[in-house]
Amino acid sequence: MKAFRILTAGLAGLMIAASAHAAGGAAHPHEPEEGWPFEGVTGQFDQASLQRGYQVYQEICSSCHSMKLLSYRNLGDPGGPFYDPEYPNPNDNPFVKAIAAQNEILSPTPNDAGDFDFRPATPADTFRSPYPNDNAARAANGGAVPPDLSVIYKARHDGASYVYSLLSGYPDEEVYSERVVAEASDGGTPDDESDDTPAQVQTVIDASKLHIGHGDEHYEGYLIQNPGQYYNPYMPGDTVPQFEGDPRHAPPGGFLAMPPQLIAGRVEYSDGTEATVEQMAHDVAQFLAWAGEPKQTNRKSLGLAVMVYLGILTILLWFSYKRIWRNVEH
Amino acid sequence: MSGHESSYTPTNAFTKWLDTRLPLVRFAQDTAINFPTPKNLNYWYTFGGILAVCLVIQIVTGVILAMHYEASVDGAFASVERIMRDVPYGWLLRYIHANGASMFFLAVYLHMFRGLYYGSYKAPREILWILGCVIYLLMMGTAFLGYMLPWGQMSYHGSNVITGLFGAIPLVGESIQTWLMGGPSIGNQTLQRFFALHYLLPFMIAGAVILHVWALHVPGNNNPTGVEVKDVAKDTVPFHPYYTVKDAFAIVIFLIMFAVFVFYAPNVLGHADNYVEANPLVTPAHIVPEWYLLPFYAVLRAITFDLGPIPAKLLGVIFMFAAIAVLFILPWLDTSKVKSMRYRPVAKQFFFGFVAVCLLLGWCGAANPDDAVIPALQGDPKLVVSYTADGQEATSEYKGGNEAYLDAKRFMETLPADANASLSAVPAPTFLFRHFSLILTFCYFGFFVLLFFLGLTEKPKELPESIHKSVLKRHKASASAVPAE
Repeated sequence: MKAFRILTAGLAGLMIAASAHAAGGAAHPHEPEEGWPFEGVTGQFDQASLQRGYQVYQEICSSCHSMKLLSYRNLGDPGGPFYDPEYPNPNDNPFVKAIAAQNEILSPTPNDAGDFDFRPATPADTFRSPYPNDNAARAANGGAVPPDLSVIYKARHDGASYVYSLLSGYPDEEVYSERVVAEASDGGTPDDESDDTPAQVQTVIDASKLHIGHGDEHYEGYLIQNPGQYYNPYMPGDTVPQFEGDPRHAPPGGFLAMPPQLIAGRVEYSDGTEATVEQMAHDVAQFLAWAGEPKQTNRKSLGLAVMVYLGILTILLWFSYKRIWRNVEH
Repeated sequence: MSGHESSYTPTNAFTKWLDTRLPLVRFAQDTAINFPTPKNLNYWYTFGGILAVCLVIQIVTGVILAMHYEASVDGAFASVERIMRDVPYGWLLRYIHANGASMFFLAVYLHMFRGLYYGSYKAPREILWILGCVIYLLMMGTAFLGYMLPWGQMSYHGSNVITGLFGAIPLVGESIQTWLMGGPSIGNQTLQRFFALHYLLPFMIAGAVILHVWALHVPGNNNPTGVEVKDVAKDTVPFHPYYTVKDAFAIVIFLIMFAVFVFYAPNVLGHADNYVEANPLVTPAHIVPEWYLLPFYAVLRAITFDLGPIPAKLLGVIFMFAAIAVLFILPWLDTSKVKSMRYRPVAKQFFFGFVAVCLLLGWCGAANPDDAVIPALQGDPKLVVSYTADGQEATSEYKGGNEAYLDAKRFMETLPADANASLSAVPAPTFLFRHFSLILTFCYFGFFVLLFFLGLTEKPKELPESIHKSVLKRHKASASAVPAE
């Protein structure tokens, strides 16, 4: 039976590891150097970072991405970015009220005359969506609907690190260059402007200048970026069709419709923190981790109490078992 | 409900009165208190109690979740998140329920392997085993239906795959599929019926469990020696307090593991894609069921060839259902008179092999069928230049390192522009998961065939005379090995 136990345990472990393994193709997301404060058994969110993260979401992300599952009141919940112990009911929190009121929404309920009108949001309202529906979102974004960010933290493997890596992982300025694929032409008739075609320009990335994560992998060749598509090593996808070079050594990652958004200094943090790309990516990733599962710190702290309880119960039952069976040979 | 003689005597006027009308107390006393249980049961025998706890946990959390859940394609995803955010301790209920399904299956698999090892399916316990298989089948149905309810990407596309299986049945398949889905495709009506059935099936499981326990209590427990109880006084102990306390200890250990998942890794057994709301127009790159169904998924995908008039898809479905059906006839497949594998040295080795095959099938089910099983053994991919020459399609292959690439490039430059040359990397042929799954599938069925022939030829070890004697012998052996005790 001993062999059975070892075999079962070993293979069960292998299977769990195999089923949890992430899809390949993209660079492995990495966490910030200082790690995530909310991870671990006793982890907590850094409230200042959550507030800055909300600012990044509000000023940058929210112009394209909705967060339909969150209400403004959630911002003032215990553990949330703007929680104030003076206001246990977040609907009373004046700061939350003010944040909500900055957003004008189409009221989900009709007014006394039966019309739906625009009004400032209240803490009870859900976050304002940038587009009225998916079709509008698709039309405004070159055919790609910007995903809702409410649970993006749970919808990606290693969610917070993925968001952080993706947002701060676009290649540096220096790798991009432009090249002319087709010269401008006057169509053979210099006087007739109607048949003129402008020069076709392609954006290419010099793969030899890419530095992805902490890897030392070197790539040789050029990645072609189609219009409206942006390369990111952390985006799941396949770069081979777009790669001019040895297809066996194409860079990891894929293309997405979102251009690089975080440019140093794009937001001005009210607490004076310097808005570097990494800082903004870190803050907004932490905010999204909170938004994706606001109760995760409660979960872990309750877990500790449950473990202690079950641990004591185990000891008591073990001694009960030993005592009851003491006179029985078995 | 029990085969042994009742030892209950009512003590006061009320219990005497009750006993002649509805002998509830007698029933409880005989089944759960005084029931004679072999005294040599080990911890593998605690999973029955653990499973009862799992079922109760699933039903209790499930009923409360159903109070907050909204079975509609527009509201299901958001309602699950609302449970996690706004219902007091809703996150706890939902994580217990979602991980509870995994724990339930983990326990049921250990329970089944235990039954297989100790021959608990053999006479007089065939009905007990078959009822267990019915429960397992109902569990798989319930789990599949429940996985649909959060209406995430995996829910939707997984249901599509499973309902599609019925479409493979000749003649009536498509009608059955339409009937299951309640329409031509998966939609609101499918979600509503799946929810209704997900609420119904657990109570059918509970009913089957009652029959299962009844069928257990007629012949009594099997035990690790496989030798039936000969002397109740020497071979058995009353169920309470001996096994209530032992089961309780095992249950709490199990709950600790359960709690580790619920509180510290609640999503690790699920798939991240299921937190993306279902979208029929976007198919996930890699559709996989929950871990507990992976071995059967591997069997389904292992069959990639047609067999005469039977198309590959139907053959895969047949094999998958056969993998479950074979369990039902196991009592008659195994021809050995000896129950416990302890005394079957050859069958024992094959049993461990079978466990490994099941786990490896699970591994194959999780993997992409076209990936290499051992990537390290796979050679470098070769470069292939495809082009057209004189109206014919032609290819040219290059192997090796960077020089191969440069050679291929140079060759492409020599081709005329109208040759439409393109360069691609073709992986070297190697042992793929799809091949591995096929081998494992034959091993899976092979085990059952083997049990049939092995029973006829195998020479078992000497069986102990009784449970009591086997216990004494073991104690003597350990006492002489450790004289200090």
